[in-house]
Amino acid sequence: MSPRPHSNIGQFEPLLRVSGLSKEYVQRRPFSRDKITVNAFQDVCLTIFPGKTLAVVGESGAGKSSLARCIALLERPSAGTIELAGKNLLGLNGKELFAGRREVQMIFQDPSSALNPRLTAGEIIREPLLIQREGTKSQRRDRALQLMEQVGLEPSWERKRPLEFSGGQRQRLAIARALALGPRLLILDEALSNLDAANQALILKLLQELQAAHPLSFLHISHDLRLVSEFADDVAVMYQGTVVDWQNTRSLFASPEHSYTKELLASVRSVESILLERSA
Amino acid sequence: MKYLARRLVHSVLLLFGISVFSFGILQLAPGDFFTPIRLNPQVSAHTVAALRSQYGLDKPFPIRYEHWLHSVFRGDFGISFAYGTPVGPLLAVRARNTLLLTGTALLVAWLLAISFGMWSAARRGKWGDRAGGIATSSLLTVPDLVLFLAMLLVAVRTGWFPTGGMMSAGFEDLSVGGKVKDLAAHLFLPALGLVLATLPPLVRHVRSAMIEVLEAPFVRAARAHGISERRVLLRYALPVAANPLLTLFGYSIAGMLSASLLVEVVLSWPGIGPFLVDAILAKDVYVVVGAVMLSSVFLVAGNLVADALLFATDPRIRMD
Repeated sequence: MSPRPHSNIGQFEPLLRVSGLSKEYVQRRPFSRDKITVNAFQDVCLTIFPGKTLAVVGESGAGKSSLARCIALLERPSAGTIELAGKNLLGLNGKELFAGRREVQMIFQDPSSALNPRLTAGEIIREPLLIQREGTKSQRRDRALQLMEQVGLEPSWERKRPLEFSGGQRQRLAIARALALGPRLLILDEALSNLDAANQALILKLLQELQAAHPLSFLHISHDLRLVSEFADDVAVMYQGTVVDWQNTRSLFASPEHSYTKELLASVRSVESILLERSA
Repeated sequence: MKYLARRLVHSVLLLFGISVFSFGILQLAPGDFFTPIRLNPQVSAHTVAALRSQYGLDKPFPIRYEHWLHSVFRGDFGISFAYGTPVGPLLAVRARNTLLLTGTALLVAWLLAISFGMWSAARRGKWGDRAGGIATSSLLTVPDLVLFLAMLLVAVRTGWFPTGGMMSAGFEDLSVGGKVKDLAAHLFLPALGLVLATLPPLVRHVRSAMIEVLEAPFVRAARAHGISERRVLLRYALPVAANPLLTLFGYSIAGMLSASLLVEVVLSWPGIGPFLVDAILAKDVYVVVGAVMLSSVFLVAGNLVADALLFATDPRIRMD
């Protein structure tokens, strides 16, 4: 069972409640009946409250991205439940699941490969609306232009293709696409790690503004503790597929409970002190 | 458009290079069409020299090449020693037959490759995909000659399909429908041979290109929107996977042409293949060069079509 932060207990009904979630990948050895089972993560319990941001941090291979894909219903977990606003997402039938996908959207690490190179910016943003059969053609176009403006892209760029945008602009395009269906939960899977520091700050500001303007919660998958400290309300630390620490951001940085969290924070501080020494 | 113009200029230069090279290679071969005639005691050396002079074989290589080049612009492609007529019209009939065979086989092979490749990629790792993998690997290991000979054997033993030529005796008296049916019956076996010879690598390339795209984050994002599998395959995966496949389309024309030479000889399809083999054996130089040039034109044209398709479908190339 994962630890839980004390600050949010009993405050509101959570938007997302993940209980006992596990995912294992089974592979068959070539020319053999033997199977290899790899546990991506086990018995993960997390909650995200409306309008809040939960960051999940940990080293590569800790199971963060597999967890994100399961919550986005891109992969089916091996065990556990995922409740969104009290609705069990894993128990939905085909039609309900199709409608339920509007609620959770995902933004990926590499904006270049996350956008269809054949489509224009306008088509990319309209695509989720088209898939969900929402609105008429002109309504979808109006919505796409409005979203472009909202994320800081010129609406006149609607005919441009992903290749014609910079990395930061591509990530803005991916955010506009993710917002098209009006989701309640946005999963940011290392969404800022491929950007330079200036673009990271700009996208972070945009996400904070969006969160202030919309009833939007974020699940921020990251390994950058500096970003997490600026952005997240709660932080869950994953280590070898399990959540070992889960606290309010300030408490976690002030008094980490698990030895791995302490090591993680110590490594960030040592890097910072080296940089400070060098700059001095 | 600059891209297409550049490709066109490259193609013309390539064809010029092929013509010089093939013409030069044939000059290096010992003897010529008239060498066996010299052995005939009834033909005098003077007559042979006169014949060689008549066909320009006594002239140096650059002069002969220049004369041949002029004849190309007239559409003659030189004079065939064996037939005594311009090579162009002789080749035209065979080229039409080869184009009918390879065009049909190319269309069928790509339709099957795209369908099977997509089906296999969508079921990656499942039993259908594995069975398909075993079938294509097995087919890939069979040499083309063995495959065509086995088909010939089956056709001869069963009598289900005609095994030579492209029309039956009395073809002219048949109705239009009867003619089409007769032609299709003759075409079936060589076209099937070509399809089986070229299909396995095409299926495997389509499958791997589709799998690569199906794992891309933009497809994952579309799945998170609730997109149907059919739409993922047709609107997302296939257009993006098309780039390497369009390049492969150009190469597949080359593979199809070289396999067609063999299948035409084994299954007696009256295309460029048997015509070229006869010409090589007889040292009918202008026919050989003409046939080589024609195959090269098909190949270069196929690659140009692939380039044009890439240009039309991929906005990134247009931007370059």
